[in-house]
Amino acid sequence: MTRKPAIDRAFCMHCGACVGACPENALSLEEVWIEFLSNCTNCGICARACPSGAIFMEGGK
Amino acid sequence: MSRDRTVDVLVVGAGPAGSVTAKHAAKNGARTLMIEKRQEIGSPVRCGEGIARAWLDELGIVPDKRWISHQVSGARVISPAGHVVTLTEKMAGNEVGYVIERDNFDRMLAEEAAAAGAEVMVKTSAVEVLRSGGRIAGVRAKHMGQTFDIRAKVVIAADGFESQLGRWAGIDTSLKPSDINVCFEYTLKHVDIDPRYNDFYVGSCAPGGYVWVFIKGPDSANVGIGVQLSKIKPGERGAAKRYLDAFIAKHPNLSKGSPIREVAGAVSCCQPLDSVAADGIMLVGDAARQIDPLTGGGVANSCRAGKVAGEVAARAVSSGDTSKEFFQAYEKGWRAKFEDQMYRNWMAKEKLVTLDDATFDKACEVLAEAELEVVNTLEILRLIQRKYPELIKEFEDLIK
Ligand SMILES: Cc1cc2nc3c(=O)[nH]c(=O)nc-3n(C[C@H](O)[C@H](O)[C@H](O)COP(=O)(O)OP(=O)(O)OC[C@H]3O[C@@H](n4cnc5c(N)ncnc54)[C@H](O)[C@@H]3O)c2cc1C
Ligand code: SF4
Ligand code: SF4
Repeated sequence: MTRKPAIDRAFCMHCGACVGACPENALSLEEVWIEFLSNCTNCGICARACPSGAIFMEGGK
Repeated sequence: MSRDRTVDVLVVGAGPAGSVTAKHAAKNGARTLMIEKRQEIGSPVRCGEGIARAWLDELGIVPDKRWISHQVSGARVISPAGHVVTLTEKMAGNEVGYVIERDNFDRMLAEEAAAAGAEVMVKTSAVEVLRSGGRIAGVRAKHMGQTFDIRAKVVIAADGFESQLGRWAGIDTSLKPSDINVCFEYTLKHVDIDPRYNDFYVGSCAPGGYVWVFIKGPDSANVGIGVQLSKIKPGERGAAKRYLDAFIAKHPNLSKGSPIREVAGAVSCCQPLDSVAADGIMLVGDAARQIDPLTGGGVANSCRAGKVAGEVAARAVSSGDTSKEFFQAYEKGWRAKFEDQMYRNWMAKEKLVTLDDATFDKACEVLAEAELEVVNTLEILRLIQRKYPELIKEFEDLIK
C-alpha cells in the first residue's frame, strides 16, 4: 500500500496553504472542510506545507 | 426556484484584490457581483498586517484609525548573532509604515465596493467554472446547500493563495516548492518590544524565510514565520509552527506574552507569471501570484493590480470584447507597476535563501556599522563587497 495524505481535522486552521501548494489541484477546502480528491498522486507536498501539522502521510512504507 | 443569474463582471473572493477590482468595475459602469466563500469578509485574518504607506495614495485609500493599529518609524533586520541593521523611515522608503487590522481593512474595501454599486454575497463559493465555446463564461456557485450558475462576461479570480479558479480555467498557476513559503503567526499580548520598529530575523531560525515581529501596539505584536517549503523535509509535521515556537522560546521578551490569535497560511515567492488572463477571465492578487517574492507582502500589489483589472473589465464589457487579447491592457497595466520589482526581488530571494548564518552575520555586521543614506540593494551589496568581497560573488550579476 502506498502512503497517502490524511488529515487530523482538530489541527486544521482552514488556511488553504495545502490547497495552494498542491501541484495537482487535488484538494478542496469548503470553508472549514478539507477533502483529498481522486486526482491526488500521494506526492506528500501538502503534508510538508501544512503549517499547523494537520496533514500527515499514513500507511505503507 | 432557480437562482441562476447573469452579471457583467463576477468577482470571486472578497480579499483586497477582489474588493478593489469590484469597486473599480462597478464605478466604471459594469453590473458587478462579488462572491466570498467565508461567512464574514476579512475574518479570520491570514496576514502579518505590515504594509507600506506610499501606495495608498495611488489607490485613493485614506488612512483611517479604524483599520490602522500602529505606525512604525522604521524596520530592523537582525542576524543570527544579533547584528542589527536599522532602516529608518527615510531610508527604507516604501518598506515601512502601518501595521493594520486586516479584518477591518478588508471590510472597509468591501464596503467601498458595495458603495460603488457592486453587489456582495458571502458564504457563497465558486465550485467550478462554466465554459461557453471555449471561453470562461461564469462559475457554478454554492450557497447554503443550493447550487446555481452565475454567468458573467468577465470572471475575476481573486481567490487568494489557495486559488483554484485559474487552474480550473487552464491557466497554470502551480508553484514550485522553492517558490512557496509556509507561515504561522501569533498575535502576542504583553510582550516587551520597541514600538518604533518592525523587526525581521534572518538565518536558520527560519530556513529560506524570516521571522517577523510587527508591532500592533505598545505591548502587542504579530510574531510570525515564513519557511521555504523546499527546505521542509518529508515527515516534518507542522514545520512552520515548530520553527516559530522554537524561536519564541529563545526570546523571553516574546515568550512572556499571551497569544490572542493564531494564524496559518502560505505565500508565493515566484517570478511574475507569463500570463494571468484567458478569454473571459483575469486573475488578480495572490491568485495571480503577484506577491513580492522577497518580503512575502501582497496587500499592496493585490490592490494596485485590482484597480487596473476593474477598469479593464468595465471597458471590456462596454466594448463587447472580453477576449484574452483585450485583457492585455490589464497585463500591461499591472506589469508596468511592479513586474520589474517582482523579478529583481525574486533574484535577490533566490540568492538569500542560499546564505548560511555566518554570512548573514558578516553582512549585517558591515551594514550595522555603515551610515546608510538611502537603502537600495546595489548600495548594500557594494558596501558588503568592500569588506567581504567573497560574500558578494554570488550576487555579482545583480551589481552589474
Ligand atoms: C501568514 C501571512 C502573513 C502575511 N503578511 C503580510 C503582510 O504583513 N503584509 C502584506 O502586504 N501581505 C502579507 N501577506 C500576504 C497577504 O495576506 C496577501 O497577499 C493578500 O491577502 C492577498 O489578497 P487577495 O485578495 O489576493 O487574497 P485573499 O486576501 O486571500 O482573499 C481571497 C479570498 O477569496 C476567498 N475565496 C477563495 N476561494 C474561493 C471560492 N472558491 N469561492 C469564493 N471565495 C473564495 C477566500 O475566502 C478569501 O476571502 C501575508 C500572508 C500570510 C499567509
Ligand atoms: S494547510 Fe493544514 S491547516 Fe491549512 S487548510 Fe490545509 S490542512 Fe488545514
Ligand atoms: S499528496 Fe500531493 S497531490 Fe495529493 S493532495 Fe497532497 S499535495 Fe496534492
